[in-house]
Amino acid sequence: MGLGGLLVGLFLVSAVLVGTSVRHGVPRAEPEPEPELELAEWDPASGAFPEDSLWPLPQSLRTSPRQLQLAPDRFQIVHGAGSSAGPACALLQDAFRRYYEYMFGYARWLQRGRKGLAAKPELAQLQVVISSPEPGCNGYPQLASSEAYRLTITEPVAVLKADEVWGALRGLETFSQLVHEDDYGSFLVNASEIYDFPRFAHRGILLDTSRHYLPLKSILTNLDAMAFNKFNVLHWHVVDDQSFPYQSIYFPELSNKGAYSYNHIYTPTDVHLVIEYARLRGIRVIPEFDTPGHTQSWGQGQKDLLTPCYSGKQPSGSFGPVNPILNTTYDFMTKFFKEISSVFPDDYIHLGGDEVSFACWKSNPEVKEFMKKQGFGIDYAKLESYYIQKILDIVSSYNKGYVVWQEVFDNKAQLKPDTVIEVWMGNNYVQELSSVTGAGFTAILAAPWYLDYISYGQDWKKYYSVEPLDFPGSEKQKKLVIGGEACLWGEFVDATNLTPRLWPRASAVGERLWSSRNVTDLNDAYKRLSNHRCRMLSRGIAAEPVFVGYCAHEARGR
Amino acid sequence: MDSSEDLGLCSIVESASSGNEQPWGKPCTQLLVSVATPGCDGFPSLDSKESYKLSISEDSLLLSADAVWGALRGLETFSQLVGRDEDGTYYVNETEIVDFPRFRHRGLLLDTSRHYLPLKAILQTLDVMAYNKFNVFHWHIVDDPSFPYESVTFPELSRKGAFNAITHVYTASDVKAVIEYARLRGIRVIAEFDTPGHTLSWGPGAPGLLTPCYSGKNLSGTYGPINPILNSTYEFVTRFFQEVSAVFPDFFLHLGGDEVDFTCWKSNPKIRAFMQEMGFGDDFTKLESFYIQRLLDIISSFGKGYVVWQEVFDNGVKVRPDTIVHVWKENATPYMQEMAQVTKAGYRALLSAPWYLNHISYGQDWMEAYQVEPLKFEGSPEQKDRVIGGEACMWGEYVDVTNLTPRLWPRAGAVAERLWSNATVRNLQDAYVRLASFRCELLRRGIQAQPLFTGYCDHEFSGF
Repeated sequence: MGLGGLLVGLFLVSAVLVGTSVRHGVPRAEPEPEPELELAEWDPASGAFPEDSLWPLPQSLRTSPRQLQLAPDRFQIVHGAGSSAGPACALLQDAFRRYYEYMFGYARWLQRGRKGLAAKPELAQLQVVISSPEPGCNGYPQLASSEAYRLTITEPVAVLKADEVWGALRGLETFSQLVHEDDYGSFLVNASEIYDFPRFAHRGILLDTSRHYLPLKSILTNLDAMAFNKFNVLHWHVVDDQSFPYQSIYFPELSNKGAYSYNHIYTPTDVHLVIEYARLRGIRVIPEFDTPGHTQSWGQGQKDLLTPCYSGKQPSGSFGPVNPILNTTYDFMTKFFKEISSVFPDDYIHLGGDEVSFACWKSNPEVKEFMKKQGFGIDYAKLESYYIQKILDIVSSYNKGYVVWQEVFDNKAQLKPDTVIEVWMGNNYVQELSSVTGAGFTAILAAPWYLDYISYGQDWKKYYSVEPLDFPGSEKQKKLVIGGEACLWGEFVDATNLTPRLWPRASAVGERLWSSRNVTDLNDAYKRLSNHRCRMLSRGIAAEPVFVGYCAHEARGR
Repeated sequence: MDSSEDLGLCSIVESASSGNEQPWGKPCTQLLVSVATPGCDGFPSLDSKESYKLSISEDSLLLSADAVWGALRGLETFSQLVGRDEDGTYYVNETEIVDFPRFRHRGLLLDTSRHYLPLKAILQTLDVMAYNKFNVFHWHIVDDPSFPYESVTFPELSRKGAFNAITHVYTASDVKAVIEYARLRGIRVIAEFDTPGHTLSWGPGAPGLLTPCYSGKNLSGTYGPINPILNSTYEFVTRFFQEVSAVFPDFFLHLGGDEVDFTCWKSNPKIRAFMQEMGFGDDFTKLESFYIQRLLDIISSFGKGYVVWQEVFDNGVKVRPDTIVHVWKENATPYMQEMAQVTKAGYRALLSAPWYLNHISYGQDWMEAYQVEPLKFEGSPEQKDRVIGGEACMWGEYVDVTNLTPRLWPRAGAVAERLWSNATVRNLQDAYVRLASFRCELLRRGIQAQPLFTGYCDHEFSGF
């Protein structure tokens, strides 16, 4: 209660003020002061100005007041002349249908042939033209993929031009955000010209399926939501201490013994489905198999993989990180990562490497002996690096690149130049970005975007206000920051609360990573985000509210 | 098994088994429910008896209670005792239970003004309240942002004040449905129509009700709390609450009275003049009291009792001795001190301050809620008796149907146990085990309750 009454009053004032700001040279009249109380401030800006619901905001946007009308049963999304993609491009065919449904929904069932008096010029088609000779229809999205697009909306035909299909997917999302309904239920779009591309190439969401199993449906629903927000990487933290749900082909005992139960498993088919569902939305799937720490569940199905801890001279019965001194460890990892490299088509695998506790290693006499032989003294970070380097070499031999958590860099392991370092520790991440990029490595930022850290109020603003390149460094260094990730660790999250906890808070991160650096106005963002949230609701994503208010199409509840 | 001779008799699991085939005896065929006092057609009240005895033995399964309300509580307990073994056989252990609630008022507040909650969501919440033995639904139905209550006497209130007058309202039949659904679960519905503050949404449908604010000598165009100086206000209030008193059968209404901002009143010259006339000086709490007292008299004339937020007590308003004061503030005065003061002054108290479940934070915050001890203040036994219970509050600024259920459950369960169970039941480890298991049971019952911590349930929530 406390905040409600007073703050709402304040928000009314700021919302009205925002509503009168001019963005695109479209003159807008000042609202007349009303003698009677008007609650319009709480109305979602449903079609008031279509760009009031764009998210993330495109790089360059010019709209005009000229409105075009769309007739659902005549409007078509087609491949344009000169496109290197055509009807054989399953990825685009699928996207055309998907976006048609998002835009027109139930209207598909409207009666055909009743052409009313067209008050406005009709937009008959959206033509999609892919310009690159390799459109990418049957390929996988990559870090270097082009996601740029140009959208020209004018009658009778709108044109969406993109280098590759990935840009077309982004452009379709934007187009679908511009189509709106007026008070009479007519579908309208303003004549516009948009040129857009992402500021950062790596825009990810981390899901943790070990602390809690996430049923397949919830992962797929999340991929839909990611596409609505132009996220393009699913960082799948698939296994950890608590459970091992990944059903390995070479080592079936890992999940047989390590999963919570047989019902809490991802079969190879499940995994393929996630990868393909993601691909159709231009989303890369980067799996993380975190070692040598965070591996308790691996030890259930793989004997002798983990280090036995000692209590004095006796084994204590508990186990620690992966045992770095045994050849069997590396035999296992060689075979295991061979499988992972072939199952997951992305160029990168995340190898973890975070939070390795040295206590168990220190307690084990054989490990201590090994340390002496290697000349590591008592510096266990050296042992950790020794292990990591061998894993990195194994993974490189499969022609994969790798992402690692920052400790791998901090503890001075030898890394290939194209290693990606993920900066996650909250303390002084700004300094860490300087160090990582200063040493010439590519970085992704996660530290300020741990969305599992919930708190009361509009914390999306905090995520939105992060500026990834605000760290001491040269222009060259800044270029090494390729993006970031919003992380939803799973200690307190499963399918019952995943969607409302992630969305629309992650949307704030999505805009920060896509849109231009100078898009920072919180009031404007609030308006667009609230509308975007309502749109996600209407597309079946149970995104939680941003603040007090309502959506015209509410989730009716169960 | 032949049960024709064994009306009501059954055998249950024998604890020791030689390990061959089934250890099960004759299957149990009946749970006999015996209620001493009739009351099937009535409404639960503050004084309803919720005690019950559950006796499960070889010879019989017997649930006995003074009143139907106890039977409902006992049925819930019985359902929690029934287990299933690996072969799928349902079983129940030999058990003797004597149970009754520690506190009579165990409530949950939902806010349907900051966000509209569809009827289905309210009904489902009532189901889960029953699983947790909550017995009061505190319906904070209207507030500043929207007025979803469809009034028969003043239809303009929701027509002009709801977010959407068709889709975001509670019709008379919606309200009846909630009241009856609740009744069938032994849950009282206490409606809150909060005044004089928190009333912006009343304004559009009731012109002249709210105080017009001034900017210097001119109307500013904005509005404040209900205008306490006009006769029309009290005419409106009388007619409105006459309807509310008839619609909601519980003896109590919650009248709000919290967070009245005096700025608008101060700015209004007519109000200042009135203050002079009445000899209130500059003390606007006196004007607030003036309004509240007249409101309370009106409510009393309809034969209702009332609950008010603590400001009404803090500001020295004269209230009836049977007023219930709802303690919610955590900042200024430590709430336990407030509980002491309220009960010392002779009023009954409800505790909500440490149980604002809308205040989310990272981690297992259910533990803080669980460890609250409502009677941890200096006072006489008579004072302690005046603490009739408490309420978990789910304010709606950031909550609607997309996140209501996971945010409420199982966290509210911690409050439920604190209000039902014995004061000595405090062990966190034991509570964790039971609550985690109960959460899996909620999932099994189709409730989207969120996890307490890492782990799993046999059948996970898999989506809509």
